[in-house]
Amino acid sequence: MPLYLEIIICISLLIGAVFLLIGSYGLIRLPDIYMRLHSPTKASTLGITGVLVASMIFQSHLKGSFSVQELLITLFLLITAPVAANMIAKTALHYRKKPLERTQNQELMETIRDREEPQKPSES
Amino acid sequence: MLNITIIIVAAFICIALILNLWRLLKGPTTSDRILALDTMYINAIALILLYGIHASSVLYFEAALLIAMLGFVSTAALCKYLLRGDIIE
Amino acid sequence: MLFPMPFHSLLLFTVWLLLNNSISAGHIVLAVFFAITIPWLVSGMRDEHPKILKPWLAIRYVLMVMKDILTANVEVALLIIGPIKKLNPGFVAVPINIDSDLGITLLASTVSLTPGTVSAEVSKDKSWLYVHALHLDNEEELILSIKQRYEMPIKEIFGC
Repeated sequence: MPLYLEIIICISLLIGAVFLLIGSYGLIRLPDIYMRLHSPTKASTLGITGVLVASMIFQSHLKGSFSVQELLITLFLLITAPVAANMIAKTALHYRKKPLERTQNQELMETIRDREEPQKPSES
Repeated sequence: MLNITIIIVAAFICIALILNLWRLLKGPTTSDRILALDTMYINAIALILLYGIHASSVLYFEAALLIAMLGFVSTAALCKYLLRGDIIE
Repeated sequence: MLFPMPFHSLLLFTVWLLLNNSISAGHIVLAVFFAITIPWLVSGMRDEHPKILKPWLAIRYVLMVMKDILTANVEVALLIIGPIKKLNPGFVAVPINIDSDLGITLLASTVSLTPGTVSAEVSKDKSWLYVHALHLDNEEELILSIKQRYEMPIKEIFGC
């Protein structure tokens, strides 16, 4: 394998791994469920994309022809990650999980849970 | 160089998986556990693809695709169950 | 009509070729076969037919979202590593006026994937999108940026 390909693969693998680790670290570190939602949906999506790009380049080299299969997984994860995050947020709201003390606009939570309109019509 | 990188990356992903496992066991709420499982399957996909690179094989792609699909469906099913179960009560 | 759902036909064609990872003649014939028969079989089951009015705008939108995802990821990663005490999470109600369900889904997904926000819920009358922000500096600014950056193009693409 030529050196430049190896370097590209290594770099994208490392970027992916760092972001995956940050995503999981955020899952441990952040204080409440609504904040924890952010780290897997964003950091992990980029992390997995990095690993997939590395895999794509490697398989293309291995087969000798252009391999784009891995794009399918990236596409699939990009579509499903927000949906999963949304459903988990709904579940947390449904069970009235307490957010962090300093969360702004906490009074909105009941409204969101019941899918009503906000009381004061848009402060902006 | 690639071999060393693969070992480092595998270590990173394993640490990530352990962190997820901690959140899964610690909770404190069911939503947290679902979120931990959701992150875990994403990390598992990364680990499998990494093994595919290590073994120079294309076979692991299918496994990764299957995990991606089943993972999403199970997250959605768990959330739906939790959401609906309470409405019936 | 040969292609009742042209976008779905294109998607099926591409995904079939991607799944088999080949562009040999046999697979192209099969992909064309699926791209014609599957939409033909299922087109009767749908009630809404959202049309992409401006495909070029759609492509530009996808590219813009890609770029935003990249910056969003780095931004969120920095927020996660940084000091937690400085984070100011908050819920925001964003007024939306998109008619089609597909448009709302797209907007909610984009909002989830881009900087510091996760869409949590849509109100029953589909006029409010509730968003949780990881770091809420300026509420009005966030609402304005969502409306201008993501809602306007979606409205133009679907023409509603």
